[in-house]
Amino acid sequence: MAIDRKTFPRELEDEAIYIIREAAAQFERPAILFSGGKDSITVLRLAQKAFYPGKIPFPLVHIDTGHNFPETIEFRDWLVKETGVELVVGYVQDDINAKRAVEETGKFSSRNGLQTVTLLRTIEENKYDACLGGARRDEEKARAKERIFSVRDEFGQWNAKNQRPELFDYLNGRIQPGENVRVFPISNWTELDVWNYIKEEQLDIPSIYFMHERDIIERDGVLWPVSEFVYRDSDEVVQKRNVRFRTVGDMSCTAALASAASNIDEIIEEILITTVSERGTRLDDKRAEAAMEMRKVNGYF
Amino acid sequence: MEVLRIATAGSVDDGKSTLIGRLLYETNSITTDKLEAIQKASQRKGIDFLDLSLLTDGLIAEREQGITIDVAHIYFNTSKRKFIIADSPGHVEYTRNMITGASKAEVSIILVDVRNGIMEQTHRHYYIANLLRMPKVIVCINKMDLANYDENRFNELQQEFLSFANQIKFPEQEIYFIPVSSLYGENITKTSGKMSWYKGPALLDLLEKMEIHKHLNQAPTRLPVQYVIRPRSEDYHDYRGYAGRISSGVFKVGDSVTVLPSYQKSIITGIQQYETQLTEAYARQSVVMLLKDNVDISRGDVIVKDGQVAEPKKELVCEICWMNTQPLVSAKTYLLQHGTTQTKAKITSIDFLQSPGTLETRQASELKMNDIGQVKIKTAKPLAIDSFKENPSNGAFILIDEHSNTTVAVGFLIR
Repeated sequence: MAIDRKTFPRELEDEAIYIIREAAAQFERPAILFSGGKDSITVLRLAQKAFYPGKIPFPLVHIDTGHNFPETIEFRDWLVKETGVELVVGYVQDDINAKRAVEETGKFSSRNGLQTVTLLRTIEENKYDACLGGARRDEEKARAKERIFSVRDEFGQWNAKNQRPELFDYLNGRIQPGENVRVFPISNWTELDVWNYIKEEQLDIPSIYFMHERDIIERDGVLWPVSEFVYRDSDEVVQKRNVRFRTVGDMSCTAALASAASNIDEIIEEILITTVSERGTRLDDKRAEAAMEMRKVNGYF
Repeated sequence: MEVLRIATAGSVDDGKSTLIGRLLYETNSITTDKLEAIQKASQRKGIDFLDLSLLTDGLIAEREQGITIDVAHIYFNTSKRKFIIADSPGHVEYTRNMITGASKAEVSIILVDVRNGIMEQTHRHYYIANLLRMPKVIVCINKMDLANYDENRFNELQQEFLSFANQIKFPEQEIYFIPVSSLYGENITKTSGKMSWYKGPALLDLLEKMEIHKHLNQAPTRLPVQYVIRPRSEDYHDYRGYAGRISSGVFKVGDSVTVLPSYQKSIITGIQQYETQLTEAYARQSVVMLLKDNVDISRGDVIVKDGQVAEPKKELVCEICWMNTQPLVSAKTYLLQHGTTQTKAKITSIDFLQSPGTLETRQASELKMNDIGQVKIKTAKPLAIDSFKENPSNGAFILIDEHSNTTVAVGFLIR
């Protein structure tokens, strides 16, 4: 019965490659926003296919909060070497040092919101007119409303009420100086599609997606990875548990998942039977019902 | 695995959200955290049932006002197919959103409340499905539980719908009628025991089995060139690959082709998808094409198979839907985007407007937002465009305002 849910619909790849080629043709300085997570790894693979046997005609941009999982950074550097793509890194710490961004404090502090400052600065400094990203509409209800070519104003803001209509396959990338466009080639993919694609394409992914033993603290039913970036009360107990991560964000806003999935097939099985959505492990989305829309309005990805 | 794109339109009162919610619920496509979030939000709004519209109305403004404003995309799959629903608001002021949502779909689901019968809104939804030459239309006569599951009432509404539809329907289009109750799940994912007089399939069954992409590969063969790949590396010194997504038809290695609008001729020597060499490629595939001769081809050119060449046009007669708050101004210059080409274009005349609800036509000097009408357009560059009727994948275009850069209209070529 479930057999066909494990094959990837190739039509989605054709659509994504079409979108990536449109971005390359319509913009002068596009870039791929790369987080080291499965979605941006997928976008990089699609870009590789779109221009083969030529090179990918744009760089990878990573916004480094300083709170990454070390495994993600290690993987990023390996992948850059492997593919020969140029890497540009924007450091959140630089914006904190320059007082353009202010560090949050308290029990649930994270640098998630600060990323936007660094992202907008990096876009401006490098004069990127388009940024390709791995956001998907099935992730979150505000993302479900976003266009494939999503125009942002000079301050990076998304105007949800005044989006350009997107008809058929037509993508309109015309912008005024100062504006830029976020391009989402895998808008129509689901989490399951991404995993099936990673499996069929035999893509490498960071090790934290697979089951491993890790020090965690359990707080209100959420498994927090122990690290210097996560606040811990003195009475909170550190336990060793078998966990994996379903999404890869910062250590301070990504919860672990108790799991025994140690390969892609087992991950796919797990997703097929889970009753919790993907962003359910993202603490940055849990802050308010419209947390994602508010962040997008302010220039977030 | 195939992807079926579905368009739905309507307001909360039609039971549209309940229908979609029911499809998601019964195919195990809603996770518990999302359900809990909806439960909480429903309670906050002081309603005692599960308001499934909260699942799709994702924007703050939509939630505040309790209406659907923009197209939402909903994903689910069964063991047979992946489904993408583009769900649009149904009111007249959102005609442009309906067209946007439906433009990528192969099947349109139109909901009729059995108590209210066929309304002007029903006509409008069908008119749009027809304007877009939707190959399949499913009319769900909903809330049958409130009409005692009455066969006569169902037949009556079916006749009434057809008497409107038959005035504009095109022969290849298939229309299906299903009596349903979204609230009780009758004929949604399984056949209802309450309506044994209905011999057709349940909605999901129909969606899983209907034949799709039927006409795409039979239409004239076209590849709009998106990007020219020139690696200029040692291994690929003289390599020139023409990258694009085949809009219609089938190309084979060895085919003779003509490049439009320049009329240069060549022969296909290779079709590639990454490291794979194909011998033939079909509509909707993104490929790289290699040609025998060193022809001058750039973005915006269209590669067509010999024997299926249509003469490029600079004067177009078309239907358009206006999508901007600034009305269409005759004689003003816009940018027209067709395939991968952009050219300056001028509206030379507005022939008439047509009301989707009543089919009445009238003269007008401008087109306002959501108006649909027939116009004549003159373009600066010749376009390798087909009539929308003959080849929908190569027969539509958009108009862009040169100053605001926004997309202001969609057009369909008549001739």
